Amino acid sequence: MSFSNLTRRGLIKTSAVAGAGLALPTYLRADGHSGFTNAPTGSTVTLGFNVPQTGPYAEEGLDELRAQELAVQHLNGEGDGGMMNTFSSKALKGNGILGKKVEFVTGDTQTKSDAARASAKAMIEKDGAIMINGGSSSGVAVAVQGLCQEAGVIFMAGLTHSNDTTGKDKKANGFRHFFNGYMSAAALAPVLKNAYGSDRRAYHLTADYTWGWTQQESIAAATEAMGWETVNNVLTPLASTDFSSYIAPVLNSGADVLVLNHYGGNMVNSLTNAIQFDLLNKEVNGKKFEIVVPLYSELMAAGAGKNVQGVIGSMNWNWQLQDEGSKAFVKSFGEKYGRPPSNSAHTCYVQTLLYADACERAGTFNPCGVVEALEDFEFDGLGNGPVLYRGDDHQCFKDVLVMKGKENPSNEYDTLEIVEVTPRAQVEYAPDHPMFAGGELGKCNPGA
Amino acid sequence: MDAIILQFLNGLDKGSAYALIALGLTLIFGTLGVVNFAHGAIFMIGAFCSVTLQRILTLSSETLSETEKDFLGNPLKIKTPYVESWFGPEVGASIIDWAVPLAILLAIPVMLFVGFVMERGLIKHFYKRPHADQILVTFGLAIVLQEVIKYFYGANPIPTPAPSAFVGSFDFGPLLGLDSSLAYPYWRLVYFGFSALIIGAVFAFLQFTTFGMVVRAGMADRETVGLLGIDIDRRFTIMFGIAAAVAGLAGVMYAPINSPNYHMGMDFLVLSFVVVVVGGMGSLPGAVLAGFMLGILESLASMNEIKNILPGIDQIIIYVVAIIILLTRPRGLMGRKGVMEE
Repeated sequence: MSFSNLTRRGLIKTSAVAGAGLALPTYLRADGHSGFTNAPTGSTVTLGFNVPQTGPYAEEGLDELRAQELAVQHLNGEGDGGMMNTFSSKALKGNGILGKKVEFVTGDTQTKSDAARASAKAMIEKDGAIMINGGSSSGVAVAVQGLCQEAGVIFMAGLTHSNDTTGKDKKANGFRHFFNGYMSAAALAPVLKNAYGSDRRAYHLTADYTWGWTQQESIAAATEAMGWETVNNVLTPLASTDFSSYIAPVLNSGADVLVLNHYGGNMVNSLTNAIQFDLLNKEVNGKKFEIVVPLYSELMAAGAGKNVQGVIGSMNWNWQLQDEGSKAFVKSFGEKYGRPPSNSAHTCYVQTLLYADACERAGTFNPCGVVEALEDFEFDGLGNGPVLYRGDDHQCFKDVLVMKGKENPSNEYDTLEIVEVTPRAQVEYAPDHPMFAGGELGKCNPGA
Repeated sequence: MDAIILQFLNGLDKGSAYALIALGLTLIFGTLGVVNFAHGAIFMIGAFCSVTLQRILTLSSETLSETEKDFLGNPLKIKTPYVESWFGPEVGASIIDWAVPLAILLAIPVMLFVGFVMERGLIKHFYKRPHADQILVTFGLAIVLQEVIKYFYGANPIPTPAPSAFVGSFDFGPLLGLDSSLAYPYWRLVYFGFSALIIGAVFAFLQFTTFGMVVRAGMADRETVGLLGIDIDRRFTIMFGIAAAVAGLAGVMYAPINSPNYHMGMDFLVLSFVVVVVGGMGSLPGAVLAGFMLGILESLASMNEIKNILPGIDQIIIYVVAIIILLTRPRGLMGRKGVMEE
């Protein structure tokens, strides 16, 4: 045998093939904890909680963080177990996730897309976070979801209500438990018809970004379908603080309903300004003028004070629900923090449990295994009745709450009351609904 | 026509806030030559004087309800404000209701003190430093003040309602002989009147008092006034306190218009600097004139009829006007020669 024909290039090719051949059996032998980004190797697993800790939504972020910390305690077998006791899936044992103690790191989204991506990236690359959870903005959710898809980690979204998050911007590695603009509109429309009639003229003020656009599109479509007319839709910059210039034209527009497609500080200020102009005491077209706030939160209602009284809106969940899961969570959260949880806290807590449960059922932390376990997963006992995590778009489908500002609150947390629990069937839509068109879920990315 | 009048009123209202903040900025710049980026934070602290007094007046004793339960199923804590216990339910409730106007009494000494501490403790060390240094240090101070307020009051807006006597709106329609209603909120009218009063008081103070005369002389020629044996630095320090009090009072009365939050000062800061520049650096009448002018233009540009022709004009109108004015009158509307001109 002669080696006289061996060339330098041939040697490199042969070495590469031999190397790959030797490595392949090792890869195939690898257990479920390798071959993906940040596979846990020790006795712990790290979750990344990315919430606004500074900026206008810091209070909401703090509440999310409280809930996430509580979820970690429950996963590790500390405390009273909260919703783990009522969750229909019994995969979680209170010994961490897959036997590994759960630890967490936190990031500050600042409610800015670039800052949120940077903090998520830091948690993934420096802290070894295996999933990212939380947030209080659709713009941030879409940005972080994209990053997690690229990085090969699971993103369990927090408060994000834009149709786009599980519509045109959906990603295989991203999951949303929170409801969306379409669902709010579908739940609100019948209640608004009953309360205010089908012959109404609505004037919309809309926050000029992804959430505002899809929320306005949804509520306009739903109300027009029941006979309302949309008189005007005015886009307001996100940075607006004084909405008097936008409210004043409403008075002479012929509209008898003002729809505030605003959230957070925008909603607090626009509603306060509308009340200052005495809109709720006016009569237009022979009807009492009304204001609608499609998306409510407890913290916003507290910020708006008495101005929310009698104003109808919607929520994903509320601490006043009387199902066993909600009661267990409120008790657990209330005893630890001395206050009832917000609906953003609830969604972050549930998302953390759902992620952990999916890992247990899949038997792996591999994101593709987790995706498979979560897709079309049906569960109960986490509030809102029976829930489906639809595989087509990774959107949760569950009952939606229609709320109203309480007329005579008995304490600081008693700002909203539940008007109706809209059944899940009424807010469902087809995966190819035009309002959610334009994106591809793609394939799960396990990363490394 | 109705829409134009309404937006004009809105403009006067917005202009009131711009003018008051810009007036304080100009006072500080005109006397001490300092570009104070912490001035918006002073406005915010003023608003939180309202919040603080509201909280003080609603300090309550607690009793456990025998019938009602809290969210955990424990007996509900019924809170009774001490002022209602001391003065009776009706008088006590009225005192709480008037928390915002009463906060003026709290804000004046607090803001004078804040201004004095800021000037003596930090800003005086930057008098001879470049304007860039002054901007950096005062901007940093603004962030610190924001974070301090956030630490104690949280990030959420805090509702601070106007007295119930001023809830609702006044209908100008019949007054102007219009067929239709032309309603404008009472409290915003109060705010405009209050601003006019403060602006008038500042001008009267500078115009008709000996102290004001010395300050005006110092603003025109600091060195000569100093050579006359007058301690002009001390007077300028007092003017810093007065400027802080003006911005603080603007904040106190603004609290019912938009629920105070820790970053509300920043929302006004940039616009107020534009107002100062358009009015003319160092010119007090210029600051007031530009404040009202830009407030009215901003409101008129928000009309749907105008935005349909020029989308987004309401967001840039102030800057467009600023550019036009500075191109045609580089010193601003009423700027003096030699101010910020090397």
